[in-house]
Amino acid sequence: MNEVTHRLMVVDDSNVIRRRIERANELPEVEFVGAARNGVEALAMYEAVHPTLVTMDLTMPEMDGAECVAKLVQRDPGIKILVISALADKLTAIDALEKGASGFLCKPFTDRQLNEALRKLIRT
Amino acid sequence: MSLESQVAVFVDGVLNYFDTTVQQSAQCGTPHLALSDKPEISDYTGVIQVTGKRSGMVAFTAPKSMLSVMLMRMQETDMGHENLCDLVGEIANTLSGNARRDFGHQFQISVPSVLSGRDSKLEYPADTRPIVIPIDWRNYHARLIVCLGG
Repeated sequence: MNEVTHRLMVVDDSNVIRRRIERANELPEVEFVGAARNGVEALAMYEAVHPTLVTMDLTMPEMDGAECVAKLVQRDPGIKILVISALADKLTAIDALEKGASGFLCKPFTDRQLNEALRKLIRT
Repeated sequence: MSLESQVAVFVDGVLNYFDTTVQQSAQCGTPHLALSDKPEISDYTGVIQVTGKRSGMVAFTAPKSMLSVMLMRMQETDMGHENLCDLVGEIANTLSGNARRDFGHQFQISVPSVLSGRDSKLEYPADTRPIVIPIDWRNYHARLIVCLGG
């Protein structure tokens, strides 16, 4: 049996998407530790649950995902962040990566695509 | 970009959304301009405001029954009002966001707002004509309303 080695926090303003990502994760080494609705909540939750892995939406109220990525990486340069966004243009993906994200998955996505993206992320 | 090309961007987005998210294909009917009456809206409507190089709005409107079945297909057990609002907003957000692949980075979109009830009033930008894309999925009928100026 694989040991849990990654603690996953999900950040998205959609409850449906948050729950879907939590359900779809089938990687035994990844444990879901919490979900946040925006960047402000995510930064507070980070202090409480210390995730090592984050899925991050971009278009959110209060604080958007790009700003949150930059702040999380500033606090923890080793954190791995998968941006999951509907914003499908290349510049958005490049901007997220430049702010410190480790990967980008475009919405809509299948459960299989999500797991592949998470698997790739934890192997980087 | 021609009007036909713009419409094709959204039609492709709709087809991809259903294929990917609920893994059952949808069909899009013939897109048309709403010339006289405003397009009819359904039980739930997700609205995205567009700013930047283009301005206007994109709205996805669907009946409660369709959204409930979509949630079921996504393995969601809570089909309450909050999740129906959430889903319709997320669909509008995804279809608008995906359009940036073709419209570019300056096609800036808002977070979604949601209207519930068929009597709700959708605000249309002045001097624009809404394009209606009919969507058929299973036995359900939804619409994507695209209203872009500039």
